[in-house]
Amino acid sequence: MPASVAPFPQVDHQRAVFTAGLALDCGVVLARHAVAYRTYGTLNAAKTNAVLVCHALTGDQYLAETNPLTGKPGWWQNIVGPGKPLDTDRYFLICANVLGGCMGSTGPREEMTDAEGQGLGRPWGTDFPNVTVRDMVRQQKCLIDRLGITRLLAVVGGSLGGMQALQWAACYPEAVFACVPIATAAHHSAQNIAFDEVGRAAIHADPDYNNGRYWEDGRIPAQGLSVARMVAHITYLSEEALQRKFGRKLRGAQTLTLLEDVFEVQSYLRYQGSTFVRRFDANSYLTITRATDYLDIAAEHGGSLARAFAGTATRFFVASFSSDWLYPTSESRHIVRALNTAAANVSFVEFPTDKGHDAFLLEEPEFHRALGGFLAGCAARAGV
Amino acid sequence: MPDTHAPIQYVAKNMRLDLRLIAEMVWPGATVLDIGCGDGALLAHLTTTKGADARGIEIDMAEVTEAVANGLAVIHGDADNDLAFYPDAAFDFVILSRTLQAVEKPREVLRQMLRIGQRAIVSFPNFGHWQVRWQLGTGGRMPMTGTWHRAWFETPNIHPCTIRDFFDLCALEGYVVEQWLAVDENGLRAPWRRSVRLANLFGEQALFLLRRG
Repeated sequence: MPASVAPFPQVDHQRAVFTAGLALDCGVVLARHAVAYRTYGTLNAAKTNAVLVCHALTGDQYLAETNPLTGKPGWWQNIVGPGKPLDTDRYFLICANVLGGCMGSTGPREEMTDAEGQGLGRPWGTDFPNVTVRDMVRQQKCLIDRLGITRLLAVVGGSLGGMQALQWAACYPEAVFACVPIATAAHHSAQNIAFDEVGRAAIHADPDYNNGRYWEDGRIPAQGLSVARMVAHITYLSEEALQRKFGRKLRGAQTLTLLEDVFEVQSYLRYQGSTFVRRFDANSYLTITRATDYLDIAAEHGGSLARAFAGTATRFFVASFSSDWLYPTSESRHIVRALNTAAANVSFVEFPTDKGHDAFLLEEPEFHRALGGFLAGCAARAGV
Repeated sequence: MPDTHAPIQYVAKNMRLDLRLIAEMVWPGATVLDIGCGDGALLAHLTTTKGADARGIEIDMAEVTEAVANGLAVIHGDADNDLAFYPDAAFDFVILSRTLQAVEKPREVLRQMLRIGQRAIVSFPNFGHWQVRWQLGTGGRMPMTGTWHRAWFETPNIHPCTIRDFFDLCALEGYVVEQWLAVDENGLRAPWRRSVRLANLFGEQALFLLRRG
């Protein structure tokens, strides 16, 4: 772990600012809020070809272009482009940084505002209200309205992105022609919450966290955030994939010396942790993991997930991956059965893979073929 | 399934002739659930020619992927476990083509079909066909015919029945047989409609259109 980590550079993000208040589930009204977003492809004249792509916990709006902060390719660059499943020749893709995020949308890192929307000259930090996935979706709806789009051809997302997709279909059924929740769940299990809590506890335990006011002296709780990332990263992979990638291999040695041995998997996790702290804000991490823990779409509808989708005309494609133990297939099947109970139009495939939860971001040709075909079928039915 | 063959013998690999007979029973604009829909050939046919709202359930993952990639609404699932989650009378037709003999609980599957559908269309290979009887009667061994071509220890067809057996089950459950026909191996209508006994002897497959009594 580096002794001090340079605070991440200021990047100017493309933003839409809203001055009509955003009422949150917790009761707070954000008088002024901003959505940082990127678009790809061209919106057609009838504005019917828009596809909202929702990012996962540590993703951002840089879906398919070099990320200005990390210099790495967009997180779903492999499936976006002409002729790709997310076909930029056909669709107008929108990707927004979530509410509570740290890539330009309103969140703990952005300037705190008062009840009148006046800037207070300091970041929100831990004063940022507890937001929910539904709040994230409500904020995205502001952006979609601003863009003049009345109905999205599809809302697509994996993990937290899939939760947003489901929440879109539950909150704004008439505005969602098709919904693609991938490797996700309609609520967090006790195990999901438990892993999130380990991450949060690691951040809280870092002396540099300073009760969340680390921004006051320009420090960041790098150690804690890094451990949070390491734990979370393990949940994104499968035992099989870890074994295949690393096994018991040692860094720079063939056999154990019992001195300074470093297993490859150790070194990998340390790298994951150390790069993460250069691009992600600790308070954002706390805010967003809490939002995913709060999510319970069934509870929001009298305890019935089917009721959340009663009478829906939205077409669903639920996708899961066989080795994903973070959001296992049983969670997807639970969603599918609720959709069946609601007599919704639903497709569901569990894709066989050993790559774990991360599979949704990786090279999975069958998944990509099904996703592309599903969207093309929806576009044809919607007359796009 | 411990063997290396496909788990169910009679999945719809393409638009078989008996599927065309099934399609004739479906009215335009109907809502349809096809259980064991394979790659969705019947769903595609019903969607394009009948304007049906057609959905499917299929157990074979590769077939489901193919169907979804073709824009069809298909879920990975099976008749024994997934029908219970649909609401009553959700579909005009629920179709089970050449799969009844391979499900765990045929009686329960039929009940579910007629709970979630106004009508059920069921086709199955007829174990009463004369070749089957002849082989078992004269050879004293489990029959191996064009229709029943897997050895007893590896066949997925765990609940074979005859046309007469099926009529009995319908009577027992109080189902109304609106239409029925015996079909030959190529899925063409066989001329045995006047006599159940003759159909049971010469029909290789049977096709039933049922509703609740």
